[in-house]
Amino acid sequence: MLSQKQLSALKSLLFVACLLPLARLGWGSWSDQLGANPIEFITRSLGTWTLNFLLITLAISPLRKLTGWHWLLRLRRMLGLFAFFYVVLHLATYLWLDQFFDWPAILKDILKRPFITVGMSAFVLLVPLAATSSNAMIRRLGGKRWQQLHRSIYAIAIFAVVHYWWLVKQDVTLPAVYALLLALLLGVRALWREQERRRQLACVKPRTKERDKVIPIIARQ
Amino acid sequence: MLIQQPADIAPSEITPQGVFDRRREFLKTAAGTALGLALQPVTDALAAEKLAAATRSPFSTAEKPTPYKDVTGYNNFYEFGTDKSDPAEHAHTLKTRPWSIAVEGLVKQPKTFAIDDLIKLVPLEERIYRMRCVEGWSMVIPWLGLPLATLLKQVEPQGAAKYVEFISAADPRTMPGVNSRVLEWPYVEGLRLDEALHPLSLLAVGLYGEVLPNQNGAPLRLVVPWKYGFKSGKSIVKIRLVEREPQTSWVKANAREYGFYSNVNPDVDHPRWSQAKERRIGEFIKRKTLPFNGYADQVAKLYAGMDLKKYY
Repeated sequence: MLSQKQLSALKSLLFVACLLPLARLGWGSWSDQLGANPIEFITRSLGTWTLNFLLITLAISPLRKLTGWHWLLRLRRMLGLFAFFYVVLHLATYLWLDQFFDWPAILKDILKRPFITVGMSAFVLLVPLAATSSNAMIRRLGGKRWQQLHRSIYAIAIFAVVHYWWLVKQDVTLPAVYALLLALLLGVRALWREQERRRQLACVKPRTKERDKVIPIIARQ
Repeated sequence: MLIQQPADIAPSEITPQGVFDRRREFLKTAAGTALGLALQPVTDALAAEKLAAATRSPFSTAEKPTPYKDVTGYNNFYEFGTDKSDPAEHAHTLKTRPWSIAVEGLVKQPKTFAIDDLIKLVPLEERIYRMRCVEGWSMVIPWLGLPLATLLKQVEPQGAAKYVEFISAADPRTMPGVNSRVLEWPYVEGLRLDEALHPLSLLAVGLYGEVLPNQNGAPLRLVVPWKYGFKSGKSIVKIRLVEREPQTSWVKANAREYGFYSNVNPDVDHPRWSQAKERRIGEFIKRKTLPFNGYADQVAKLYAGMDLKKYY
């Protein structure tokens, strides 16, 4: 277990690291190193990092289970909020740099282009999760309801990968890699859940060890 | 192999009168300088990469050409990878000499042209064309080349020929992308014969006054400016005149999204994205896409009476 001090240091370090992709784009724009189509580069990069952060956030819980490092959970909120941070920038780039606030065209895009429809849905669904990512909101909602709400992250991540898959012209190698990783992250959850259910069915005897492993979802301050 | 009609001799190949009159003297000095020339550094050979001064064309647009570094650094050429920077990075492996282009099929005079003969067939023309990619971006490129019709007339198409098929090189040793199954190789594109004979259809061998860089489809590529960029095959090795509509690589990959005609059309969207606007490389705000990429006055008549939503 990490000490409070170590955890704070780790969190600060992680915060800075999470800003590096943005810093790289800033530097690239300033020094004109983003290629012939910088707007496309920025939009794509912000989208990719949204997806990266979604998957990293989803990796926390399986990783904690595999390693026994329970402190990983204390980093999850920041990672999830960074996914939201990058998707806001991704959307802003689309609205401003790509479409230049051509609202009729944007509306048409959202309604008619399946990859934009699904991407926009993922964004809309992510808003309440970002808005409830505070201890106060967990208390207000109650742990169980909060957890139910935040399970929509699974659907959001699927929508995000579909959004990526549908936008590429022909070479779906990268979207396929993301799909595979996501399938792994969701699959391992389903597997563990199924194992847990069977165990509960199999032994009617009161559980002893497993119970102690349950970690409260409310982060300790 | 070359047709010896006087009209086809490039003016640049005709010996200037002064030199002709002093031919004996010229031969003497030539013999003397031959040794010197042999010892000259190879830089002279590289300077020859500049192509002979081309004639201006009334088909050229007055729009500002896209910078050379963007024209040669942002390419779709899947034979070298699917990323836009892949061709510039990997196409140096392509060997463009020796290179020959076979023109065959339903023709009276099938011929194989060595690329260096083809370049000298007629004086090269500069054509500054707009280029609109199906992905929604565009460029303005000063090509150097010869009309496709010039080549086709050399082989005399038969009456039965209705379409022209363009087959690109597919050498797995020099083109790493053909090991991927992203498209069917070799890359095949096609035009209707009347489209191919249209004066705008160009066989490009250079751009910006220089020999075509490998990543742009060296040594010879097609340029059909009123169609989406993928219709213009690169590094062409074979041209076949055929009776039926050719099965192109993109039609085979996804017929719903990439039609045989693929004329630039702001009113017919790609099934997954809008084609109403485009980003001109180097510009900030998107501009409206024009029907037939702004060449409607010249080519719209080719499609008179056709439903362009059906024949997309």
